[in-house]
Amino acid sequence: MIQKNRTKLVPLPTDILIPERDIGKQPVLDIRNLGIDFGGLTAVDSFTLAIGPTEIAGLIGPNGAGKTTIFNLLTNVYQPTRGSILLRGIDTKGMTTAQVNRLGIARTFQNIRLFGGMSVIDNVKVGLHNSIKCSFASSLLHTPGYYKAEKKARERCLELLDFMGMADMAQLRADSLPYGAQRRLEIVRALATKPAILLLDEPAAGMNPSETAELMEQIVRIRDTFQIAVMLIEHDMNLVMGVCEGIAVVNYGKIIAKGTPEQICNDPVVIEAYLGKKGAAAHAAEG
Amino acid sequence: MRLWKSKTSRQNLITLAMVTVAFAVLFFLNEGKVLSRSFSGQLVPICVYIVMALSLNLTVGILGELSLGHAGFMSVGAFTGVVAVAYLQQYITSPVPLMLVAMLIGGIMAGIAGFLIGIPVLRLRGDYLAIVTLAFGEIIRNILECLYVELDGGALRFSMFGSADVGGNFIISGPQGASVPSKLSTFGLGIGLVLFALIVIMNIVHSKEGRAVKAIRDNAIAAESVGLNLTSYKMKAFVTSAILAGMAGVLFAMNYSTVEAKKFNFNTSISVLVMVVLGGMGNLRGSIIAAALLTVLPELLRGFDDYRMLIYAIVLILVMLLNANARVKQIKLACSQKLRSLFSRKEASK
Repeated sequence: MIQKNRTKLVPLPTDILIPERDIGKQPVLDIRNLGIDFGGLTAVDSFTLAIGPTEIAGLIGPNGAGKTTIFNLLTNVYQPTRGSILLRGIDTKGMTTAQVNRLGIARTFQNIRLFGGMSVIDNVKVGLHNSIKCSFASSLLHTPGYYKAEKKARERCLELLDFMGMADMAQLRADSLPYGAQRRLEIVRALATKPAILLLDEPAAGMNPSETAELMEQIVRIRDTFQIAVMLIEHDMNLVMGVCEGIAVVNYGKIIAKGTPEQICNDPVVIEAYLGKKGAAAHAAEG
Repeated sequence: MRLWKSKTSRQNLITLAMVTVAFAVLFFLNEGKVLSRSFSGQLVPICVYIVMALSLNLTVGILGELSLGHAGFMSVGAFTGVVAVAYLQQYITSPVPLMLVAMLIGGIMAGIAGFLIGIPVLRLRGDYLAIVTLAFGEIIRNILECLYVELDGGALRFSMFGSADVGGNFIISGPQGASVPSKLSTFGLGIGLVLFALIVIMNIVHSKEGRAVKAIRDNAIAAESVGLNLTSYKMKAFVTSAILAGMAGVLFAMNYSTVEAKKFNFNTSISVLVMVVLGGMGNLRGSIIAAALLTVLPELLRGFDDYRMLIYAIVLILVMLLNANARVKQIKLACSQKLRSLFSRKEASK
C-alpha cells in the first residue's frame, strides 16, 4: 500500500529542536518548507521543523495562528500546497489520512471526536483495528481464530486503558464520560494504533489543574514507555513549559521562534506576539 | 457458558432464542392447520420483510447511510431467482437444494448490483447514497419491465423486446412480469433465511468489521485518523445488505405464481424503511418485531375496509409518538428494572 522512499531527500543538519539523546538518529518527522493556501489566504508558510524519535515537542501560538492546520497537514487531512513531510524518512505526499496513520502518526482532536455510541473499550478496539489479525470470513463465521483475536484485542485494550487509569470505565458509553476522561480516551485510542509520533491537539483544554498535572505525568510516561515522540498544541503554559523539550512558536502561519522552554519564555518576539507591542513594553518594564 | 458471560453475546442469544421459539410455534401451528388460511399465506411474506428490514438496518442503522432503493436489490434477486429456478430445474430436481442455489445466485447478483452502485457513491460523504439508490430502484424497475427472457431448448435467451414468432417458453415477459415455474417457497425456508440473516448481521456487528462500520457512522474523521479505510468498510456493509435483500427477493418471488417488476417500487422501499425506523435504528430485535407487525397489520385491518390505510397511518404515528415520549420511556425503564431484579433474585436464591 505505502510506497517507500518515493522521494530521497538528504536530511538537513541537525535541527536545534532535536534533543541531545536523539542526535544521530533519524528524526521521526522532518518537515521542510511546508505551506498551504486556502484561496488567496496563506494559512501556513515555510514551516520547517524536525522532531527527534523520543522528543516531546510543543507547538504554541495565539488563536488562529495555524497550529491545528499544521496538524491537519501532517495527517494529510489537507494536502499541502508547498513543501514536504518526511515521516520516518518516507515522503507522505499523496497518502490518505488512514495510510499516514498506518505509517506512524496518531492524533487527538481539539473538539473531541470519539465514537460516542460505542463503549470505551470498543473505542480502543477500533484503534487496534489494523493489528487485529482476523479475516472477514473468520469474523462472519465466528471461527476459533476470531475468538482468539478478540480475546487478545480485549486484553491489549485493558492494558492500554489501565495505563491511562481508565480500566474501570471500560464498559461505559464513550459519550457518557466526563470531559477529562474523554480526552484521555482519545489518547488511548491513538496509542492503540502503535504510532511513532503522537499529535495531541490541546489535550488539557477543559481540565482542572490537578487533572492537568496528572496529564503532564502521563505524557512523559507515554514517551518513556512506548519510546515514541509526542507533539502537542496547548495554551496551558504550565503544561507546555513543564513537559516540552523543544517548542516552536507560530504566528500568522509562520514559525517566529524555536528553542528550549527557557529560550522561548524570554524571547521578545514571542512576548510581542502574545501580548502585542504595548503589552510587550509593559512586560519589559515590569521585568 | 463463555458466550453467556459477555453482555453483548447474551443479548444476541436472547434475540436468536426469541426468534427461534416464535417461529417454532408458528411452524407447528401451521403444520397442524390451526392457522387461518389468510394468516398462513402471510407467513412467507413476514419472513421476507423481516430479512428486508434486517438487511436495511445494516445499511441505515449500523452503517448510518440512507438507502431508498432497497426494493431494487430485492427485485434483482427475485428476477434472477426465477430465471435460475427455471433454468436449473432440469438439473436439480429436489426443491430445497434448488431453492438454496437460486437464493445464492439471486443474492450474488444483488450483491454485484450493490457493489457497482457502491464504487462511485460510497467514496463520498453525505446523503448521496440516498439519491443514487432512489434512482437505482426506479431504473432497475424500468429495465425489468421491458426485459424478456425465454427458455428455448435448454438455453436462455435475453432480449429487450418480445418476439412473438419464436415458440420459446417465456420466463420473463416484460411488463407482464415473470411466471414462476413452481411455488418453491416454504415457511421452513423462510425461517432458515431469517436466522441466516440474523446470524450474519450479528456476527458482523460484533467483529472488527462491525466496530469499524459503527466507528465510521459515529465519526468518519476520527475513524480515518485511526487508520480505517472508510470506503472498504462501507462497501462491505452495503454489499452484505444488498446480498441479503436479494435472497429475500428470491424467497418472495417463489411464493407467488407471477411476479411483476412494479411490485418492487418506491413504496416497497419506503415501507421497509418504515419498519427499520419503527423498530429502532441499529436495533435488530426491533426490526424483526416491526417487520412482522407491519406485514400482518394491513391484513388484520382488512375488516375495516375503506379505513384500513387510515388506521395503519394512525398506528404508525402513535407508535412514533409513544417511542419518543419521556413518560413512556420511564415506564419501560421501570419495567425492565423490575424484570431484572426478579431474575437476579432467582439467580441469587440458586
